[in-house]
Amino acid sequence: MSTFDNPFDTEGKATKRCGCSCGAHSTQAEHDAAVSRAKAEAEFLKAGEDARVRRVVEAGLMRAVFPNPVQRRAFIKAVGATTAAAAIAQVFPILTAADALAAGGVPEKKDLKVGFIPITCATPIIMAHPMGFYSKQGLNVEVVKTAGWAVIRDKTLNKEYDAAHMLSPMPLAISLGLGSTAVPFTVPAIENVNGQAITLAMKHKDKRDPKQWKGFKFAIPFDYSMHNYLLRYYLAEHGLDPDTDVQLRSVPPPEMVANLRAENIDGFLAPDNICQRAIFDGVGFNHILSKEIWDGHPCCAFAASKAFVTESPNSYGALLRSIIEAAAFASKAENRKQIAEAIAPANYLNAPVTVLEQVLTGTYADGLGEVKKDPNRVTFDPFPWESFAVWMLTQMKRWGQLKGDVDYQGIAKEVFLQTDAVRLMKEAGLTPPTASTKTFAVMGKTFDPSKPKEYLDSFAIKRST
Amino acid sequence: MTQSIEVRASLVSALILVTFLLVWHLAVTGGGSGQAMDPEYAKLMGITATQGKSAMPGPLDVGATLWGHIKDPFYVRGTNDVGLGLQLGHSIMRVMAGYLLAMAVAIPVGFLIGMSPLMSRALDPFIQVLKPISPLAWMPLALYTIKDSGTSAIFVIFICSIWPMLINTAFGVANVRKEWINVARTLEVGPLRKAFTVILPAAAPTIVTGMRISIGIAWLVIVAAEMLVGGTGIGYFVWNEWNNLSITNVITAILVIGFVGMLLDQGLARLGRFVTFPE
Repeated sequence: MSTFDNPFDTEGKATKRCGCSCGAHSTQAEHDAAVSRAKAEAEFLKAGEDARVRRVVEAGLMRAVFPNPVQRRAFIKAVGATTAAAAIAQVFPILTAADALAAGGVPEKKDLKVGFIPITCATPIIMAHPMGFYSKQGLNVEVVKTAGWAVIRDKTLNKEYDAAHMLSPMPLAISLGLGSTAVPFTVPAIENVNGQAITLAMKHKDKRDPKQWKGFKFAIPFDYSMHNYLLRYYLAEHGLDPDTDVQLRSVPPPEMVANLRAENIDGFLAPDNICQRAIFDGVGFNHILSKEIWDGHPCCAFAASKAFVTESPNSYGALLRSIIEAAAFASKAENRKQIAEAIAPANYLNAPVTVLEQVLTGTYADGLGEVKKDPNRVTFDPFPWESFAVWMLTQMKRWGQLKGDVDYQGIAKEVFLQTDAVRLMKEAGLTPPTASTKTFAVMGKTFDPSKPKEYLDSFAIKRST
Repeated sequence: MTQSIEVRASLVSALILVTFLLVWHLAVTGGGSGQAMDPEYAKLMGITATQGKSAMPGPLDVGATLWGHIKDPFYVRGTNDVGLGLQLGHSIMRVMAGYLLAMAVAIPVGFLIGMSPLMSRALDPFIQVLKPISPLAWMPLALYTIKDSGTSAIFVIFICSIWPMLINTAFGVANVRKEWINVARTLEVGPLRKAFTVILPAAAPTIVTGMRISIGIAWLVIVAAEMLVGGTGIGYFVWNEWNNLSITNVITAILVIGFVGMLLDQGLARLGRFVTFPE
């Protein structure tokens, strides 16, 4: 379920569908319901962003109270969506939380600097500038292009940036003091889900089975990246030990295409637009999209230091609101072309519009002569599930980046601010119910966030136990 | 005769240039017509893939891009996209800031070392160890301690341009002809006056040579430093265009960097001629 879906929807995607007058629903009644939902949706869109922010808060609360989707649906079904919302509002005034997040106070600081790396993962952060999402919140945000992940980390730690685009494992690593001094960091929002790919050099066109990849040299953008963990996972599932059978190198994304052309590397698991750029230039082809490893995986995050969140809550609220708004806009397929044009100029991504369009619309050349269509190649959903953080921590542990005992849930909760509602509840002295989790499957293997240790033990190839 | 040598030299220079441009042009215009592609697919692909065009731009492309930059050097289209002239300005400002700071430290310390054999021996091990360190190796340390990328870049310029000036100043001061010092002594000139009216003019050519070496190094380093920290400057421009794999712009920037470096060097060479004296 995406953040922008209705959490009060009792049917969801779990129910079976067989037939109705339009053929997309299981019963005629459901079809009618869908039609009225569509109407409601249209009204909702008309109602504009305030309603949308309110819904995000409601969604967060619903999830917080009923972590289990089956229970949630059962509850809503039993009492009805309106009653459910009212009941929740009794316990916690949604409007107040929404207001706090929506209107906020006057931002303590209006001139903010947000750093980004020029890849399509940063779309919400970047597009919010030319498309006016920041100025709508009364903020004067400067989005600054940055040379690499280590630099963006240092500049954010130095407070040159108020917030930044980071790889989602980076705030975890920074909070834990891995590869830098330990500074409490937060992920108030994920930026994109999916949107990465494994690209191989043209000469490996016939080596589509990973078992033939022994001795390959792969590039990844950073050690603390989803790219690193996904590629290692993928290789290990195919029986290759990523530390001994292949070579993994940290290479800044822009250098990847040049290195692939020079045959210094055999392939990479990289962020888009880099993958599509390699295809565009005829240097590589698309082996698989990252969504084929884990559909719905998080990639990059909107990150801020805990100090910024607590010292300037209103600026932070306004900034987060801009990002949620931008992500909501970007999550709609019909807006993607417009976004591609907005973020292509030299001031932002500095990339050909054709490449960005292929990435964002999901109609792309695969490098082997075919045009493929996958509207979910990349999508945008800001909800920072704690279970995402737990999975990343299991992988850090699995590959020896983390040593000793790890308090998976504790760290995840500290860093991934699952909703501001939950944060506000804590501040008000209320104990929020058990954090909501999302179970998901990576290459067919289900991950249960409540049992990270068992999950870790189930892997044959790993560095630590 | 000198004149004819100069004319002939410039003729040879022009010939080398034309040959180079011609070879370059021919080398990149080659390449096949590309393979046949489904037009739907071809629309999604770049020109290098569809038409088999070389990824290297030709001299004409570079010329056109260079002309575009020269025509409009000072535009500002947002934080991350400003004209080449402004980028150069940022780089030159950084180089000057770091360089002047280095001068302010290196020349007095150089004097001290040159005039005092004790200090010369005492400071020698430090200089010997610090001198060969690549300035970029200081970068992470600077970012970490100074906590500001702009100041870090200036610090890196400072640390790399200080050594040639320091060593040359010390050498120049230590090697002022003994007779002149002795004459000053017999005339009972005070130490300050001796430093400014005897030693400084005598050591000036050596000092300026050190300054000339330093500015060259500073200009080399600023490009690399800006590629690392980003933000503004000609190094950032190269990095940003490299991001877009725009080799044309990268080559343009290389030419501009070379040209500005030459101007800086020529400026100090002129200063050098001004302070040289016949013996």
